[in-house]
Amino acid sequence: MSADIYKKVRANPRFAELEGKRSRFAYLLTAIVMASYYGMMALVAFAPEVLRTPISEGGMLTIGVPIGAAIIIGSWLLTGWFVSRSNGEFDQMNNEIVREASK
Amino acid sequence: MINRKHLIGAALLALAGAGAYAADAVGAAQKQPLNLTAIGMFFIFVVATMGITYWAASRTKSTADFYTAGGGITGFQNGLAIAGDYMSAATLLGLSALTFSKGLDGFIYAIGFFVGWPVILFLMAERLRNLGKFTFADIASYRLDQGTIRTFAAFGSLTVVCFYLIVQMVGAGQLIKLLFGLDYATAVVVVGVLMVIYVTFGGMIATTWVQIIKACLMLFGGTVLLFLSMSQFGFSLEEVAKKAVEVHKDGIKIMGPGSLMADPVTAVSLSLGLVFGTAGLPHIMMRFFTVPNAKEARKSVFVASGCIGYFFMVVCALGLIAITIVGTNPEFYEGGVVGGKIIGGGNMPVMHLSKAVGGNLFLGFMSAVAFATILAVVSGLALAGASAIAHDIYARVICKGSATETQEMRVSKIATIGLGIVAVLLGILFEKQNIAFLVGLTFGIAASTNFPILILSMYWRGLTTRGALLGGLAGLISAVTFVVLSKAVWVVVLGNAQAIFPYEQPALFSMPLAFFFTWLFSVTDSSARAKIDKAGFDDQYVRSQTGIGAASASAH
Repeated sequence: MSADIYKKVRANPRFAELEGKRSRFAYLLTAIVMASYYGMMALVAFAPEVLRTPISEGGMLTIGVPIGAAIIIGSWLLTGWFVSRSNGEFDQMNNEIVREASK
Repeated sequence: MINRKHLIGAALLALAGAGAYAADAVGAAQKQPLNLTAIGMFFIFVVATMGITYWAASRTKSTADFYTAGGGITGFQNGLAIAGDYMSAATLLGLSALTFSKGLDGFIYAIGFFVGWPVILFLMAERLRNLGKFTFADIASYRLDQGTIRTFAAFGSLTVVCFYLIVQMVGAGQLIKLLFGLDYATAVVVVGVLMVIYVTFGGMIATTWVQIIKACLMLFGGTVLLFLSMSQFGFSLEEVAKKAVEVHKDGIKIMGPGSLMADPVTAVSLSLGLVFGTAGLPHIMMRFFTVPNAKEARKSVFVASGCIGYFFMVVCALGLIAITIVGTNPEFYEGGVVGGKIIGGGNMPVMHLSKAVGGNLFLGFMSAVAFATILAVVSGLALAGASAIAHDIYARVICKGSATETQEMRVSKIATIGLGIVAVLLGILFEKQNIAFLVGLTFGIAASTNFPILILSMYWRGLTTRGALLGGLAGLISAVTFVVLSKAVWVVVLGNAQAIFPYEQPALFSMPLAFFFTWLFSVTDSSARAKIDKAGFDDQYVRSQTGIGAASASAH
C-alpha cells in the first residue's frame, strides 16, 4: 500500500475513464435531485399559489402533496440506480484497475 | 408549580381512559393498570437492550470494536441502523406535530430532511468509507495538518453533537413526562444514564443493534398506526384532507405552503441547512465506517433512504390525520378546551393519535418506540462525541498516536459520561423549545462547519490547512452567532425584546461565508504546509476512488 501503487493507478488511462464516467453519473443524479428539490422550494418561496392548486375539481388535496411525494420516491429510485451501477459496472472496472496496479 | 402538576395529573387521568371517546365512562381505579402497560413496554425494551449491551460488551475489546463495531456490519444492517440513527424523536413527534399545526409546511420540511440522503450517496458515501477510519476528522485531516484540523473538526463534531443532544433530551423529557407524570428533569436524567450505559459498555455494537431494533419497531409502529387511522377515513387521503380542512383553524390554507415558509429567505436557508447539514452530522458519518467496504456503504444508503423516505411520508400523513382525530377531541387538550394547549406539549399529537385509534396498549407500544428512538439517537450522538474527544483530541492530537488502546478506551468512556452530564444539563435548559425547529439549527451548524471542510478536502486540491481552519471557523462562528442572535435564542431563551438576526435559519449566510473564507485563505496560502497539503491530494484521491489502502474489517 505504498505511494507507488497510487502512482500506478493514476498512470492507468482506464482510471481516468472510470473517474470521468463515475463523476459525470454522480453529478448528473445530484443535479436532478437538487433541481427538483430547489425547484419546489422556489415555488414555495416565490409562487406558493401553484402548490395550492387542487388535484381534482372541488378536492381538498393540493398538488403540493404528490409533488412532494414524487421528489422523495423519485430520488430514492435514483439512489437505487446509482447503487446498482456503482456496485456492478463501476466496481468491476475499479477492481480491474486495482488488480493491474497491484501486479 | 402546583397548578402544572395538577394539570399533568389530570392529563394522565384523561389519557388512561379506555377509548378515545369514552373516557368519562371509565372509573379512576381501573385506569392505573392500563398505564402499567406502557411502563411495562418501556421496561421490556430497556431489559432487551441491556441484554444486547451485555453481549456487545463481551465483543468490544479494541477501539475499532468500540468506535465502528470492527467494520463488520453489513450494508443492510447499517442501512437500518442509519435510518434508526437519523429518524429521531424530532421526526416522529416534531414532524407530525408540524403537519398537525401547519399542514403541508410540515411535509415540505420533511422533504428537506430527506433529499440530503441521495446527495450523500452520490457525492460522498464511498469516499467517506474509503478515507475514514473512526471519525469525520479522520477524513477532514487526511492530508492536512493533523494537530490543527483534527482538533478543529473534533470541536465541530462536538458542537453539532451537543446541539442535537438537546433536541433529543427535550423530546425525551416531554414524552416521559406525559406517560409517567415524572418530572421533566427526572426523565432527562433517566435518558442520560441509559445512554451512558449503552455506549460505555456496548460501544458501537450495542449502539448499532439498539438502532436497528428501534428502526424496525418504528417502521412497524408507524405503519400500523397509519393503517388503523386511515381505516377511519375509508383509506382515502382526500377524505383525510377534507376533514382536516373542515376542522383546522387555518382551513384550506393548511393544504398549501404557509406561515412556516412565508419568508423565502428562511425557506431557502432552512433547506440548505437540511440538505448539506445531513452530510455534516458526525454520528451519521461515523456509521459509514462500520461497514467493510464502499460497496456495502452504498447499499446502506439505499436501504436507509428507502426507510427514511417511507417513514417521513407516513409521519406527515399521521400529522394530517391527527388534525381531525386529535384536534377535535377535548380529551387531548388541557382543561378539555379544544384548540387550547395540547396535553403533554405541542409535540404530542402523534402519541395522542396512537391512543385514539389503538387504545392504551398501542399508546404504550408507540411510547416505547419513541423512547427507544431517543435512546438510539442519543447513543449514536454520544458515541460520535466520545470518539471526537478520545480518538481525535486525546489519542491523535494530545498523545500524537502514542496512546495505548486501553488508555484511549478509558478516555472515551470518561468522555461519554461527561457528554451524558452535559446533555442532561442542556436538556433541562432548553425545555420550552420546539424540537423540530432546534433540529433545523443543528443542521445549519453542521452544514456550515463540517460539510464545507469535508467536501472541499475530498474534491478540491487547493484546500490547505490554513484555509480549512479559518474557513471552518468562519462557518462555525457565523452559524452560532446567527443562531444566538435569532429569535429562537435571543428572544425566547435570553428574553430580549427583538431578534438582531431577522431570519430563523443561518445556513444561507453561514455556508457561503465558510466556503468563501476557506477559498480565500487557501489560495493566498503559500506556506510550506500548504505545499504538503496540496501534494497529498493525488494519493488521497486515488484512495478515495479505488479503496486501495482503506481501513478494512477487523478479523472477528
